Amino acid sequence: MGKTTTSSSISSGLALRGHKTAVIDFDIGLRNLDLIMNVERRVVYDFVNVINGESTLKQALIKDKRTENLFILPASQTRDKDALTVEGVERVLKELAELGFEYIICDSPAGIEHGAFMALYFADEAVVVANPEVSSVRDSDRILGILQSKSRKAELGERVIEHLLITRYNPERAAKGEMLGVKDVEEILATKLLGVIPECETVLKASNQGTPVIYDAESKAGKAYGDAVDRLLGKEVEHRFLDPEHRGLFSRLFRRGV
Amino acid sequence: MSFFEYFSRKKNNSASIAKERLQIIVAHERNKLKQPDYLPALQKEIMEVIRKYVDIDMDCVEVHLDNNGNCSVLELNVTLPE
Repeated sequence: MGKTTTSSSISSGLALRGHKTAVIDFDIGLRNLDLIMNVERRVVYDFVNVINGESTLKQALIKDKRTENLFILPASQTRDKDALTVEGVERVLKELAELGFEYIICDSPAGIEHGAFMALYFADEAVVVANPEVSSVRDSDRILGILQSKSRKAELGERVIEHLLITRYNPERAAKGEMLGVKDVEEILATKLLGVIPECETVLKASNQGTPVIYDAESKAGKAYGDAVDRLLGKEVEHRFLDPEHRGLFSRLFRRGV
Repeated sequence: MSFFEYFSRKKNNSASIAKERLQIIVAHERNKLKQPDYLPALQKEIMEVIRKYVDIDMDCVEVHLDNNGNCSVLELNVTLPE
């Protein structure tokens, strides 16, 4: 669906804008954030090691080589998801806040099991990533329900700030009625739209290279993620790439991939 | 839009089918999520009490909980056999 892609780009975007940011992989047993961010060969200690006291947080945090303010906390590849405890996760998040991190991005695993629950439990804000596709939209609604009933904020009678991010959007197909439109998904989920990431070959290229797609400032996906980060920081940015491009006669005749 | 596309459009519009199906299932599941965990147990126990007096099936008892603002209404529907 694009949760890890989104986590890598949003955390990089926040760091590039000068905010000290940490990104944590909650997908215990199936870690991939390290690969997407090109730090897979620098993992020594992981999230579970820190929770179990086998390493310090500072030892486990991997400093991103592209930007000054970004640190990555990888998931464990050998343990299972039950290694995450509420107390352990809370302690790590507190410690990160004490180290001066302004933003902590929790990259959730798929599903609604323990790992996903741990990733969302302490959230102040949540970015729900959905594809314009029936199963993904239904799952997103379930996650929104869990955010509203099982998160710590919900237990305290407060509300997690929810954002909707639609990825792999194809404006041409939506215009033809072959794909759910942005308005449809927004209406069904009744959640404020943070951004729409158009389907774009640069996303695969970025993950192949281990460079978050937000660094590809020329690509539509990179621009759309940049806009989403700005909106997350409270800026008013108009949505782009929602409608099919109007191809002129010239580009129709010489159709080339962008 | 070409002439041909204009006519084939309705048939190909699977997105509106998707939207309709999603709206129904999402509303249904949201309602279910809002119901308290004890509702199935409540229904079972009510049925057992009625069964002491009348022979009925599980399907004959319907329990609904509706929330109207700050007041909740527990609706109980029992169909007795003739």
